[in-house]
Amino acid sequence: MGLSAATPLWSSPGLLLAIALHPALSVPTHRDYCVLGAGPAGLQMAYFLQRAGRDYAVFERTQRPGSFFTRYPRHRKLISINKRYTGNANSEFNLRHDWNSLLSHDPRLLFRHYSRAYFPDAHDMVRYLSDFADTLGLHVLYNTTITHVTLDKDQRAWNGHHFILTDQKGHVHRCSVLLVATGLSVPNQVDFPGSEYVEGYESVSVDPEDFVGQNVLILGRGNSAFETADNILGVTNFIHMLSRSRVRLSWATHYVGDLRAINNGLLDTYQLKSLDGLLESDLTDLAILKDSKGKFHVTLKFFLEEAGSNQSADSIPLPQDDNDNFAMRVAYDRVIRCLGWNFDFSIFNKSLRLNSGNAFGKKYPLIRASYESKGSRGLFILGTASHSVDYRKSAGGFIHGFRYTARAVHRLLEHRHHGITWPATELPITQLTSSIVRRVNEASGLYQMFGVLADVILLKENATAFEYLEEFPLQMLAQLEMLTGRKVQHGLFVINMEYGRNFSGPDKDVFFDHRSVGHTEDAWQSNFLHPVIYYYRHLPTEQEVRFRPAHWPLPRPTAIHHIVEDFLTDWTAPIGHILPLRRFLENCLDTDLRSFYAESCFLFALTRQKLPPFCQQGYLRMRGLMSTESLRQHRVESRLPRNHAATDSRLEDSSQQPGDHEPPDAPMATGPLAQSLDSNKEEL
Amino acid sequence: MQLELIMSSGFSVFRVAISFVIMCISYMPTIDSLPELSPQKYFSTLQPGKASLAYFCQADSPRTSVFLEELNEAVRPLQDYGISVAKVNCVKEETSRYCGKEKDFMKAYLFKGNILLREFPTDTLFDVNAIVAHVLFSEDVEYAHLYFFHCKLVLDLTQQCRRTLMEQPLTTLNIHLFIKRMKAPLLTEVAEDPQQVSTVHLQLGLPLVFIVSQQATYEADRRTAEWVAWRLLGKAGVLLLLRDSLEVNIPQHANVVFKRAEKGVPVEFLVLHDVDLIISHVENNMHIEEIQEDEDDDVEGPDIDTQDDEVAESVYRDRKRKLPLELTVELTEESFNATVMASDNIVLFYVDWQAVSMAFLQSYIDVAIKLKGTSTMLLTRINCADWSDVCTKQNVTEFPFVKMYKKGKNPVSYTGMLGTEDLLKFIQLNRISYPVNITSIQEAEEYLSGELYKDLISYSSISILGLFSPTMTTAKEDFSEAGNYLKGYVITGIYSEEDVLLLSNKYAATLPALLLARHTEGKIESIPLASTHAQDVVQIITDALLETFPEITVENLPSYFRLQKPLLMLFSDGSVNPQYKNSILILVKQKYLDSFIPCWLNLKNTPVGRGILQAYFDPLPPLPLLVLVNLHSGGQVFVFPSDQAITEENLVLWLKKLEAGLENPITILPAQEWKPPLPAYDFLSMMDAATSQHATKKLPKCMKETDVQENDKEQHEDKSAVRKEPIETLRIKHWNRSNWFKEAEKSFKCDKEL
Repeated sequence: MGLSAATPLWSSPGLLLAIALHPALSVPTHRDYCVLGAGPAGLQMAYFLQRAGRDYAVFERTQRPGSFFTRYPRHRKLISINKRYTGNANSEFNLRHDWNSLLSHDPRLLFRHYSRAYFPDAHDMVRYLSDFADTLGLHVLYNTTITHVTLDKDQRAWNGHHFILTDQKGHVHRCSVLLVATGLSVPNQVDFPGSEYVEGYESVSVDPEDFVGQNVLILGRGNSAFETADNILGVTNFIHMLSRSRVRLSWATHYVGDLRAINNGLLDTYQLKSLDGLLESDLTDLAILKDSKGKFHVTLKFFLEEAGSNQSADSIPLPQDDNDNFAMRVAYDRVIRCLGWNFDFSIFNKSLRLNSGNAFGKKYPLIRASYESKGSRGLFILGTASHSVDYRKSAGGFIHGFRYTARAVHRLLEHRHHGITWPATELPITQLTSSIVRRVNEASGLYQMFGVLADVILLKENATAFEYLEEFPLQMLAQLEMLTGRKVQHGLFVINMEYGRNFSGPDKDVFFDHRSVGHTEDAWQSNFLHPVIYYYRHLPTEQEVRFRPAHWPLPRPTAIHHIVEDFLTDWTAPIGHILPLRRFLENCLDTDLRSFYAESCFLFALTRQKLPPFCQQGYLRMRGLMSTESLRQHRVESRLPRNHAATDSRLEDSSQQPGDHEPPDAPMATGPLAQSLDSNKEEL
Repeated sequence: MQLELIMSSGFSVFRVAISFVIMCISYMPTIDSLPELSPQKYFSTLQPGKASLAYFCQADSPRTSVFLEELNEAVRPLQDYGISVAKVNCVKEETSRYCGKEKDFMKAYLFKGNILLREFPTDTLFDVNAIVAHVLFSEDVEYAHLYFFHCKLVLDLTQQCRRTLMEQPLTTLNIHLFIKRMKAPLLTEVAEDPQQVSTVHLQLGLPLVFIVSQQATYEADRRTAEWVAWRLLGKAGVLLLLRDSLEVNIPQHANVVFKRAEKGVPVEFLVLHDVDLIISHVENNMHIEEIQEDEDDDVEGPDIDTQDDEVAESVYRDRKRKLPLELTVELTEESFNATVMASDNIVLFYVDWQAVSMAFLQSYIDVAIKLKGTSTMLLTRINCADWSDVCTKQNVTEFPFVKMYKKGKNPVSYTGMLGTEDLLKFIQLNRISYPVNITSIQEAEEYLSGELYKDLISYSSISILGLFSPTMTTAKEDFSEAGNYLKGYVITGIYSEEDVLLLSNKYAATLPALLLARHTEGKIESIPLASTHAQDVVQIITDALLETFPEITVENLPSYFRLQKPLLMLFSDGSVNPQYKNSILILVKQKYLDSFIPCWLNLKNTPVGRGILQAYFDPLPPLPLLVLVNLHSGGQVFVFPSDQAITEENLVLWLKKLEAGLENPITILPAQEWKPPLPAYDFLSMMDAATSQHATKKLPKCMKETDVQENDKEQHEDKSAVRKEPIETLRIKHWNRSNWFKEAEKSFKCDKEL
């Protein structure tokens, strides 16, 4: 469109111009890619589309990106860490500890340039997102509210249909692919008698002065509930917190969406008996009554039903009537609801078959592990709304996770619609161990999206070379060939990051003794995040992936390797990390992956008919590794390479024939075997 | 009672199970079962791969002796293993070396096929057990399992005997102990002070476990005690202690008394409500012994946790030596572009955790030392573990990697040997750009004589000059491309002035042509350029660089190796004998050696050549040695007879014999593939074992109510228990063994809970 001018000033004239170019409103504007929402996920996708030179537009309801962050979180403190120092220069590695930046080639667009706070202010996020969109010249149509999305069947369309988007002015946009990045925008409300007295997180006052000397009841036990409590902890009489299930602590579950330590002030005061408290009950059984003084009482719905609706509040039975030590027998001044958000399904026509998931996925639209809607081909869900894929497991609902899934979706689209195979590096097998070591030590996508995105190594014939694919959606492994355009013919490795299977959980003691594993032979029992490598001779089928063993991210492999967890997450120890990995790879490929100096290769070349891969691919191609004097010395002292496998073939060839064919002075076999057998040479 | 030995070879599924009777043999020995043969007859019966034990004795020796009787008894058991036994009578007419000279020095010999495995003085074979044990352990019994079958208790022959696996390494002493332990009484009843009780178990170094019983519960206690006794068979002696008739007092709640094998240690009174707790108490107190055995085990085999990569190991050993890294400039993301733009650069891309990178870094620093203050080329390096983005942007994905950046030119990748000499040569030769444009005849002559680039010809002993007439535009372009491609490896120049014919005539070349100046030999050859494609030109030049009778070195072998011809190699301790060299050169000229690569190796320059000779010869005959190594088809190594002089005639004759297949190779190079040097940890089996154990625990039948909640906790505890065990117990080889055993135990654990 050429309208992606670089300053915000240009955005609105750009829009006007676009409208002016299409005076007839009934003629739809066609775009290959339409992105809904200019939040972090929408902008991230826009970035990849822009870099690939694709025809795309982002539709944004408000006048600037990241409108969610202009209001939320209410108390303005982001709980995504902004770790500016790691002691490591590697920018890819540093993204492991930067939870706010989006991915781009521009080092200026790192969040650490926008805030010095470890837990930054939400305003800085808004500023950052604006800069991201502007600096990169992303094509965002601001002040454009898409009010309705429907399908239009068309045989020639990429996906057999077009997505028809109507904006608030009645303008129609026709899109080949629709990428929905609208987040979760509808506050979650629970309906019970008296719910009208409840204030919502989205509108409750954030001024502590408004809570002085009050009794407060908070419904919910997520970060927003605790954040709200923290803000008023010092001025209220007490705060009671009520939720359906017990609190899940982020540090116990490794899930960043659970309660973070930064918000847990109330846990502290509850456990120290400072009047605040935590209670568990199903909110739908609840009723709230307002008495004549305007105070709120908690009772149960069925008491209310028994009493009939025409009773006055003061005469309705309360739990404490029977049970005089009922916990919530006090009257509350305020009740606040902090129950999270749901996806806004309202703008999507039924023809799109965009449904909500089941069980805990109700707030999210139902999608595949490729982030494509199960209902319509070509409709992808990005960002927070795509969290059903890894809800309570990984980071896909958060910037530091979905920035990678957006990249994965983009790579899938590049292959599907533009014939560009999933990027891969082809390397000789001698680089296999190093490539894995490199990735597990620096890759941020693997680290943040553990268990969701994994690297895949496709072996070439005879295992002489391999292709390395980064950050492929693990659950789509069976469809890898179709999704990437790469061929799997000679086996594959999958590199995933995992926590120990029985380590984390809301009710587990994650500080038990011997929680860390240090010995390489115990690596499979590692508890903290560590690399796990799966080896398959053949690509698993969809059935195998679907019916994989419980708690396994993948079907049963031919062989598996765990690199032992490391306190520093630095997996480069020669004996502790690299050697066991090499042995694993060697045994999977049935070859010798050691490296050799040119001198050893020289010796092998003249004394054996076959050479190890390192000599074949290096020395014989005139790229042998020469040793220096000092290394040569150490090499001699270490008495390497030892030959475990080699048996001396001469032993059989030249061994003596006892009996009547005894040669008079036959030379003796003096291989290691002969010596160890305590044979008496003179006798023969 | 029966003893059974099950041998399984390595990981293969194939198992041979043979049972034989050692103890309580009800078999009457007959002299006839031991065959008596003459040496010739005996050797003719030997079959490949079959083991055979032969006792050589003088014909006139007594027909019976204690040893012969014992040997006779060993015939049957050994036969069950497929090992034949024979008595060989050394008759005068056909003496064998195995027949000793004196009567008293007769020995028994173990053969496998016709290979002698071992010899035994008769006094080591003192009885039938010793004979069987010695013979069996001379063969590979690394993976053998020894079971004790408890058939005495079985009345009905259709019933299966219980069996116990011997867990200790199979040594004669251990087997002896094992059998003794198995034969010790299973359960004894006592009514005396446990401190005073002594049974055969204590003498065998086993602790005693007393199950405290009283009249009221006697039947149940006895069943429990029996059950415990089976579980602890060979690990501890189990006794039923009758409290009621006991004079000494034991603590009221104690239901188990534990007495260690060591003398003078007071007994322990324990309250244990579970058979498993008793078992684990005993096992935990046996630990020290097991660790020692495991350590013994480990000394023998290579350890999978020991580095066997020579590069990684030498780099690791050298890690504390400080390198003069300051001689090279370390680049960062910030400085990379500016540095590379500002001057001519050589950049080493390396990764600091990768051994090969760090080994090459040493050579790189050596180059820097050699170039110090003399070169305009800046030596820089960038650690891609830190600056991976920069390396990716420079398209470097494998490490280590060297690139040369020159102002205004595309970066050039270095593809030579990762060593000081070759990289230095590359840098030095790249001081000028190629091909050099020669503009006058005089300059061309200086170029060919080596005068023009005097300081460079020590790095390239050959200079190439392309001769083209001025109109041959494409040919010139192609040659320039080839020269550019070969820059850093060989000096190339181009001459295409009007008077080019003067040069081509002088060197008898037809245009287009190459002149090849070998500076060391002072020779100039001309090569016609049939094809002028850049690729072909590169090939022609590369081939021309090869010598007719080169000294093979570690550095140059690959260029000859790729020709896929047998090497005719003269090993020499020092410089080559000029006569030999001459003979070979004459044969080369006469085209006798076209199908070979004639070459020589100087052991003084290439000491690794000794390793090669060791592989070919044993013992090493005096040098020089001329060998023919058929590297690419068959791997045969032939040696030129050392009693002949290396002359043209003798050589031709020898080669003809070789061709006719009349010579036998002295050795054939092994053709094995390069397999994994050692196994890896089999985490999948370990995980399987853990899950199946867990699953057993979950069986509702044998699960106590409290266990349900404790499952997760148990897992953690399991883990810590595992960690406290000696490291060795978790290695695959041990894992498979011990785990199999545990599984077998688990399977009948449920119905016998206390």
